[in-house]
This record gives sequence, structure tokens and C-alpha cells, in this order.
Amino acid sequence: MKLVDHFQHGLDAPICLTWELTYACNLACVHCLSSSGRRDPRELDTDECKAVIDELRRMQVFYVNIGGGEPTVRPDFWELVDYATAHRVGVKFSTNGVRITPERARGLAASDYVDVQISLDGATAEVNDAVRGAGSYDTAIAAMRHLSEAGFRGFKLSVVMTRQNIGQLDEFAGLADRYGAQLRITRLRPAGRGADVWQDLHPTAEQQRQLYDWLVAHGEQVLTGDSFFHLNAFGSTPLPGLNLCGAGRVVCLIDPVGDVYACPFAIHDEFLAGNVREPGGFAAVWRSSPLFARLRAPQTGGGCTSCSAFDTCRGGCMAAKFFTGLPLDGPDPECVRGHGEPALAAVAAGAAPRPSGDHSHRGERRSRGPVPVRIGRGRPEPAPADRPCDAGPLAGFRPGRAEHG
Amino acid sequence: MGSVRFDPGLPYRCSPQVALRPEAFGALAYHFGTRRLSFLKSPLLADVVRDLDQHESVHAALDGRGVPEAERAAHVAALAQLADAGTIEPR
Ligand code: SF4
Ligand code: SF4
Repeated sequence: MKLVDHFQHGLDAPICLTWELTYACNLACVHCLSSSGRRDPRELDTDECKAVIDELRRMQVFYVNIGGGEPTVRPDFWELVDYATAHRVGVKFSTNGVRITPERARGLAASDYVDVQISLDGATAEVNDAVRGAGSYDTAIAAMRHLSEAGFRGFKLSVVMTRQNIGQLDEFAGLADRYGAQLRITRLRPAGRGADVWQDLHPTAEQQRQLYDWLVAHGEQVLTGDSFFHLNAFGSTPLPGLNLCGAGRVVCLIDPVGDVYACPFAIHDEFLAGNVREPGGFAAVWRSSPLFARLRAPQTGGGCTSCSAFDTCRGGCMAAKFFTGLPLDGPDPECVRGHGEPALAAVAAGAAPRPSGDHSHRGERRSRGPVPVRIGRGRPEPAPADRPCDAGPLAGFRPGRAEHG
Repeated sequence: MGSVRFDPGLPYRCSPQVALRPEAFGALAYHFGTRRLSFLKSPLLADVVRDLDQHESVHAALDGRGVPEAERAAHVAALAQLADAGTIEPR
């Protein structure tokens, strides 16, 4: 069996585990993958979180990608980070930077077991703040400056690629350089509030080409969380990575209330595998949930099977198809061979599933954001999620080398 | 890492910063310092890596696990790659 087949059939423990610690957030990004804003009263408490960490240690999950919401607003956040690293479970956490003070940055720089990922979705305040909110650019830049001054090398500058910022790729690379960070770019998926704005924010066909060319030219310096494998259909040299959807195979999400989903971008009952509070905990969900067994079984290519790019594109992202109402075994909505547009046009208005759960700040969801509600896209109701996780199975996997997230 | 040439005649060990997790295909190795994941693509290779610190040389570790002559060169090459990635190191 080839190595990639093993990944297809799932591993004993996930490689890319995202754990959203809270739905609370100081911001209200329009494309939030987890529809975050308000804390959920059923959130796992400190002891329950520590029990999850104990379990991750037993399963030898090497590191966990912590997100939210804004995880650092949890009062026990630093306690949990310390607990995880003391038990040799590495932590990479995503933040908008709000709690990265100079002092905190020095503490973070001192640990081998912690990595930090600063979210920024525009290389200029204008582009960033239109999506992430006024002042969020300055907050992120200040956090990067603090990390850099503390001597933290190689933290991540994490960007979700949109129609508005694809032209800024070189500037993002420059920003990362300036602060000694590594650039990480990921795909915008129509998850959470992102489902409402996806039509307006997702890259155009020409921009996808531009992005692909840029990745081919700069692929060695930039991390992608393996998120752009659908672009492989553009060329003959596959982008680095495993090039398959890792959902439930090597990727999964634990949400703030302990629900386990196949992927951070798939917060919907359809992809809910169980809860860590159930007997057997996370390990039982990972190893024996019927949903995960199904996702690990051989899949058919459906409408993609006859496509010459199927080996490296694999029909693209399951979550992107699901939340745009497309069949899971057909082409991706952003299929670079042009099969997405007609498929999307055939989806009846309002037929696309809505993400489950919404923790958006009350009244904020519709009042702000540059994106008008589109006719025929269904009402922008709730939905969960906002953070580029490394939903890629093995971000940056090369033979003998795979990036950490 | 990778600064010294890999010499299977010398003693090595699995880096103390590396965690090894058994998987059906062999093992996953994660290095907490470099944050890199590597793949040990056979259970036999994973056993050899685990044993390294108990042998006077890489060759001795390969003998200890009875690695067949025909597979020896491939194992040495894989170990050289792991040394390059810092997964294993001289001791
Ligand atoms: S983001 Fe899409 S392609 Fe990646 S694991 Fe999730 S569903 Fe699969
Ligand atoms: S038809 Fe399917 S496999 Fe081919 S490029 Fe489009 S999404 Fe990828």
C-alpha cells in the first residue's frame, strides 16, 4: 500500500487536529468560519479541557491547532497552553493578536512547544479592516512587532486568500519577512459566516490562476495547509502536499462544547461525529465513529472521475461543495476546469445547507461588513466558524518532510 | 542538523526532541524543535530508529533487527534522510 493510501484510510490519531476553545471573540470578521462572537455557556471548562489534553497525550497527538473564536480571551487560555506543553502536546494557536503583549511575546518566544499564528487578511489596513473590522490591522501588526522584538522567529502570518487580497501576495511575503515570520496562505471556504460572503470574496478564475503561478514560483517559502490542491488541475507539477481531503482521515475539529466534526470547515450536523464528553472520549470518536468510517472508505469521483486532473485535484474540497449545495462526489465550486459555475447555477436558491450553530454577536451580523446580501443566496443566518485551520492533511508534505501546519 | 555527513559506522540515537507514533505503515515522527513531521515508511525502519541508542553503530542496529541484506541500502538511505531532518542524530 502506498503511503497516501494509508492516509486515505485514516490514521490512529489525527495529524491536523483543530481545537476551537471558545466561540467568544473580540472581532466579528465577515468570513468567520465558526460564526464566532459570543461565548457558548456549554463551553468545556478548564478541567474538561485538561482531560482532553491528557487524552491527546495518550493518543500521541503531537500538536494541536488551537483557535476559536479568539482563544486568548478565555481566562484559562495560558493555563491550558502551559498544561498542554508540560505534557508534550505542542500548541499552535491562531490569534488576531489582541493579547500578544511584549511580555507575553517574550514568554512565547522561550518555548519550543508553542507556535503562534497571527491572522491578517489584507496587507494594508484598508483591505484587512474591511473584512476583519476597524483597528484589526493595527492589532495584528503590533502583535507581530512584539513577537519579532521578543526574538520569536518563524511564527506564522496567516492569510485567507480573497478576491480583494490576492493582488497583495508579494506584500504579504514582504510583511512576513520584515517580522521574521513565515507566510501561510489558505483557501477561503464557504463555512460559517463565510458562506454568506463567499460569493463576493472568493477569488475569480483569473485570480486562481495568478495564485497558482505564484505558488509554483514561491512554494518553498510559503505554507498553505495543503489547502489549494484543487488548483493542481492547472498544471503538471502538483503543489507540495498530500493532495487529498483529509476530513475525518487525518483532520478533525473539536469545537468549544466538545463536539467533534470531520473538519473545521464542516460545522454541520452532517459532519458531526460525536462529543468528547461521551464515554470513551475523543479517542472513541476518532477511532469508531460511523461517520469517520464512512469518510475513510473509498470514495467515488462522481462527475470528476473522467477528468484528467482527478489524481491531484480529487474533486477539491468537501466542505466547499457541501455549503454551496453541490454534490460531494462532483467538482469543486472553484473547479479550475470551469465545471463549478454551471454546477452552482443549477443549485436552487436557498437549497445549499446552512452551517449549524451561530455565535455571532447579536445584531452585528447583518449590520456590518462590506458585503450586501445577495438575492438567491438564502438568508444570511447563523453559522459557525472563522479561522483558517490547517485543514490540509499534511500541510507542505514532501517526501521525508512535512510542515507543521 | 545535517551539518555532519551521515556515517552508519557511528553511534546514533533518535533525537530527544522527537516523538514517534506507531502507525500501520511504520511510524510518524514529529520533531518539536523544527516542527517537522517525517514518515518512517516501514515498521522495521521504525524499530531500528527506536533501537539506535542501544547499538555501537547504525550498522549494528540494522543487524540487531535482522534487516535483510537486500534492504540494507534502502534503510541506510532512509536513515541518512532522517539524520538530515534531525530526526536522528549522532551521539
Ligand atoms: S477544508 Fe475541505 S478539503 Fe480540507 S479537509 Fe476540510 S473538507 Fe477536506
Ligand atoms: S472536474 Fe473535478 S477533478 Fe477535474 S479539475 Fe474540476 S474539480 Fe478537479
